Amino acid sequence: MAKILVVAELGSGALKKTTHSAITFARTAAQGTGGSFDILAIGRGAEVAASVLGTFGAGSVLIAEDPYVADYVGERYSPTVASVAKSGGYDVVVITASAFGKDLGPRVAARLEAGVASDIARVETDGGKLSYKRPMYAGNATATMTVNTSIQVVTVRQAEFEAAAPSGGSSAQSKVGVERQPSGDKVEFVAFEESVKSARPELTEASTVVSGGRALKSADGFKTVLEPLVDAFGAAMGASRAACDAGYVPNDLQVGQTGKVVAPKLYVAVGISGAIQHLAGMKNSKVIVAINKDPEAPIFQAADYGLVADLFKAVPEFADAVKKAKAEG
Amino acid sequence: MKILVPLKRTADPDNANKIKIAPGGAKVVTDGLEPKPNPFDEYAVEAALRLTENGTNPKARLAGDSVVVATFGPKEASQTLRQALAMGADSGLLFESTDDNLDGDLVARALAKVVEKEKPDLVVMGKQAVDGDSNQVGQILAERLGWPSATFAMSIELSQDKKSVIVGREVDGGVIKLKLTLPAVITVDLRIVSPKSITNHVTPATHNYQEGARYAPLPMIMAAKKKPLAEAPFASLGADGLKTSYVKFEAPPARKAGIKVKDVPELVQRLRAEAKVL
Ligand SMILES: Cc1cc2nc3c(=O)[nH]c(=O)nc-3n(C[C@H](O)[C@H](O)[C@H](O)COP(=O)(O)OP(=O)(O)OC[C@H]3O[C@@H](n4cnc5c(N)ncnc54)[C@H](O)[C@@H]3O)c2cc1C
Repeated sequence: MAKILVVAELGSGALKKTTHSAITFARTAAQGTGGSFDILAIGRGAEVAASVLGTFGAGSVLIAEDPYVADYVGERYSPTVASVAKSGGYDVVVITASAFGKDLGPRVAARLEAGVASDIARVETDGGKLSYKRPMYAGNATATMTVNTSIQVVTVRQAEFEAAAPSGGSSAQSKVGVERQPSGDKVEFVAFEESVKSARPELTEASTVVSGGRALKSADGFKTVLEPLVDAFGAAMGASRAACDAGYVPNDLQVGQTGKVVAPKLYVAVGISGAIQHLAGMKNSKVIVAINKDPEAPIFQAADYGLVADLFKAVPEFADAVKKAKAEG
Repeated sequence: MKILVPLKRTADPDNANKIKIAPGGAKVVTDGLEPKPNPFDEYAVEAALRLTENGTNPKARLAGDSVVVATFGPKEASQTLRQALAMGADSGLLFESTDDNLDGDLVARALAKVVEKEKPDLVVMGKQAVDGDSNQVGQILAERLGWPSATFAMSIELSQDKKSVIVGREVDGGVIKLKLTLPAVITVDLRIVSPKSITNHVTPATHNYQEGARYAPLPMIMAAKKKPLAEAPFASLGADGLKTSYVKFEAPPARKAGIKVKDVPELVQRLRAEAKVL
């Protein structure tokens, strides 16, 4: 009978789709244990988000909106989340393992003396007891783990928990007060420097991802060679660490063990060698295509379809062919 | 300014695909893989060194500055500390334990004890260990200490008076800049080792560091052998108890072998007819 608290993620005042994965976890865990779940919206925009959050079948939606928690600062969010979790008698606090959840989850756990299951790929509810599967060693081992404390904190991998769809109805809403801690006053939010926004789908939500590597050679290479292919597919754009480090694309496009984990229907790797850190972030994609001029590149071992070719020739041709195929329907 | 950098040694992360699962799934076997410092921890050492030196003379810490490295691990983990000392850290602390007896929460509680003793102004650490990939120790440590913190740092600017830092955090959709009053905890991301990621107002603004963590030159390796390295049992820290249990390990399902296509038309044809993704 797990009682679960979902912490919603808000960004620039709006509800983020990452939240829907944590809701899927909550539904699964609640169903498997005969329990229930509530959702906490904290931050700027919480009140507005609450009405949307109320359509997912939660028992109630809790709202914490206050200038103290306007922008995300871990030290300012953790006391309120922990206090809501404690006073509400929750067994599990769940957040999606985005940059937000990875930062906040362990902080909340520390305040609750709770164990953390990080970045889990699955929840199991055998005998009403929760256990978790999580990848380790760059995805080369899958561990089954349990949390031994009476209250548990879980962060879930967005790529592995399908976004929840609304189930209708509207949950009860209630406001909660904001708690503070001294370290919250020793952090000052200076700025959020947003990367250039693109009209493309989010990397972690797209059904097709086209990623480029070092071989694209420059920001211009991404723009003129890769982007037409990305847009022919209507895909999200990703990249290897090497391409991000070199400044060809923003850092938050990095796919991999230490960047974003994706599992789209189609993943196209262009000029990426397939280092294990990269594979860890995309090998659960349904169909993988690799284009690389080196027939020995490790990416081919993960690819369903490999094309040994110079990308500067093959990619424009591929983009045209995809456009044509899409036009034909 | 004194900086504490916690280190973990990991089985050669570039060959993590060569790990084995023990029969019955009781544990992960890393035999034959060379122990290497967790890359993010190496980056943390690099960041700590850059904060405490004039980049044009990277062999010496600035007057009054020091970098202490600490690890929890078997006796051989002193090797990892020596490597950090050879990069330029001043002293090392080894608290002997085995990895099986640690989880993120316990490591954080033990580190809090080390902080109590060492009284650093700043803890700089990796955002995650690339074997367990838990990404939680820095966050837990900061909350336990009641110190301000910034995770996933790609840039650090130390104020002239060394009383605060402005940290650029790599997050979804951009970079969040936070100003922290010291003492504080910072966890570093990959880009912290780019040429201009660290500002300390001593290293000239025109100075470009080499990308990545520095290599230790031979004389520094020799000198590191004489640097202080204290050893004590983990139990001496007075932190114990695990909040998580690892029950079983499995190999992930293997992908079925793919094929090579001869050209773009064949690729497109197969994506349509066979894979049905186009
Ligand atoms: C701590 C740590 C964490 C890391 N995390 C990540 C991570 O999360 N994600 C990640 O991606 N990496 C990560 N890495 C880096 C990883 O190890 C590799 O270095 C990186 O993925 C390589 O990027 P790449 O494939 O673009 O470049 P390279 O390895 O240089 O590969 C370029 C490829 O392009 C091919 N090529 C060159 N020219 C052409 C052409 N004209 N046409 C076609 N093909 C061409 C080459 O054959 C080669 O295979 C991490 C490393 C460390 C140490």
